[in-house]
Amino acid sequence: MDFLFVLNNALGVALSPTTAAYALAAIGIGVHFGYAGLLNFGQAGFMAIGAYAFGITTLTLGFPFPLAFLSAVVASVVFALILGIPTLRLRADYLAIVTIASAEIVRYIVSTTGLSDVTGGASGLSAFAGSFQAMNPLPSGSYGFGPWTYSRAEFWVFLWGWGLVAIATVVVWLLMRSPWGRVVKGIREDEDAVRSLGKNVYAYKMQALVLGGVFGSLAGVIFILPRAIQPTNYATTLTFFTWTILLLGGAATVFGPIIGSMIFWVLLVLTEGVIGGLVRADIITFISTTQAGQIRFVLLGLALILLVVFRPQGIFGNKKELSFNV
Amino acid sequence: MSEPTVVTHPLVVGPVGPGCKKVDPIVIADGVVRRFGGNTAVHVDHVEVPRGKITALIGPNGAGKTTFFNLLTGFDKPNEGDWSFNGQNLGNVPAFKVARRGMVRTFQLTKSLGRLTVLQNMLLGATKQPGENVFTALFKPLWKSREEEITTRADDLLARFKLDAKREDYAASLSGGQRKLLEMARALMSEPELVMLDEPMAGVNPALTQSLLGHIKELKNDGTSVLFVEHDMHMVRHISDWVIVMAEGKVVAEGPPETVMDDQAVIDAYLGAHHDTDLGDMIEQKSVAERARRVEAKEASLADD
Repeated sequence: MDFLFVLNNALGVALSPTTAAYALAAIGIGVHFGYAGLLNFGQAGFMAIGAYAFGITTLTLGFPFPLAFLSAVVASVVFALILGIPTLRLRADYLAIVTIASAEIVRYIVSTTGLSDVTGGASGLSAFAGSFQAMNPLPSGSYGFGPWTYSRAEFWVFLWGWGLVAIATVVVWLLMRSPWGRVVKGIREDEDAVRSLGKNVYAYKMQALVLGGVFGSLAGVIFILPRAIQPTNYATTLTFFTWTILLLGGAATVFGPIIGSMIFWVLLVLTEGVIGGLVRADIITFISTTQAGQIRFVLLGLALILLVVFRPQGIFGNKKELSFNV
Repeated sequence: MSEPTVVTHPLVVGPVGPGCKKVDPIVIADGVVRRFGGNTAVHVDHVEVPRGKITALIGPNGAGKTTFFNLLTGFDKPNEGDWSFNGQNLGNVPAFKVARRGMVRTFQLTKSLGRLTVLQNMLLGATKQPGENVFTALFKPLWKSREEEITTRADDLLARFKLDAKREDYAASLSGGQRKLLEMARALMSEPELVMLDEPMAGVNPALTQSLLGHIKELKNDGTSVLFVEHDMHMVRHISDWVIVMAEGKVVAEGPPETVMDDQAVIDAYLGAHHDTDLGDMIEQKSVAERARRVEAKEASLADD
């Protein structure tokens, strides 16, 4: 077993664009849950909306990258409004049910064979990054060092991914130190109290839902840039990965989702490498290599349970502010 | 039974009685009905709340006081009826707009925002903060000056309510009584014209009761109108200028606190229910004894009938 290779892989994933995409999606549910108290269990739906809006406008409508990018944003705003208008007047738990169901609806719609001309059906979409890469101003060559070495194309995705994460982080930081953030956090605590103080609670919840949804959608775009669009990627597991990341870092923290995403992916790749390596080296004999790939998700679930029980505020969270039960 | 005599009062136009017209009303409600299934919780034909005074809304449990409160403040919608605040119709106006028009309420079960600091709770009560707009919020210079103004006001109020030492603490760490104080102080941030307090004394220890009473009186001195729901008769007699009595969803009596408890309808409403007579209060013992005698006399006369 080549431990250096495993370590190299694990460190490399810490800064990969995929990690950035998950961080961005987690920043989105951070706005929803951590600050506004909205239980969005459909972040995968927002990511799918972003990915498909980008892919379809590029391939079917022939939009250049900036327009396709904008389409992803608009599509997620529309999706958030459709979700929010009927449900935000109801109690928080209803939103949870509606979001998880609508994310599944989105996934079933895009994988329908009837729509395969547009969505590619079950096989998804690919080869849509041409316009994006055509915009790449970087001279050819390799970038970075050590585990973080990227080709010109990879580095272009890297810059966009982490650039968007940086922008989203700054926006969240600016908003949450402002009176807007105060109102939103107040709604998380008790929306009737905030209503009695003359704030339009419904409008604030909608704004938070849209903002977090847009981050989710952009995460969807970043997620697909280095790969193809696969409808199976947008199952509920994706949502629960982003939740794990959020809770790992701390739900109402600015840097929590970023660090959470890095730790999550490094651990995932590390455990896969170590367990898989041990199986291949016949040190662990009672499971197959396929099972080794799955067992890390069992460990992940266990880790999430332990986290919520023993450190609900996450790594960065303030225990007083962020414990689950107040 | 005594023969009907026409009673008048400086706050009232014409004779005193349920639904009587006030000289200067701030809230007027007409035909407000709220049904829950087949049960009519509130059926108020006409009631007016005087401006610049402390008005108590009393009545036995289940009289519909809190439901009526919710209806007036837009937290619940009536099946029928109109009501106005300062001459503006409030039918179908959402709760947050009612608050913006200057009618701010508190809740029977305190709603302090636990994971916000005491100061943040206070600042949330302020109005006209441009930083509460999602776009303006991004640019601190646009809301910084207003933030300083409202922080000054919040600090003044916190000092007045003796919560200034708790300024940076999470509201969740306050005691029940302190949360009541915080909720009242927070409601005052917007300088409302009418403060509606839903059982401000519930669960507050006697030491804090005195200071709460003082704060409510101060409100009146500042020109704010107060309408409060309360079970504590000691408090009602002590501070209110006017008392409205509800029973089974209706306004059954109105009058100044000194005489309203003698009203036949009130005694009927409370009869058999030994409502919160404040037996432990030494200062009040005399008047309690007096009232008990009066109630006994009435009961005796009823029995004779």
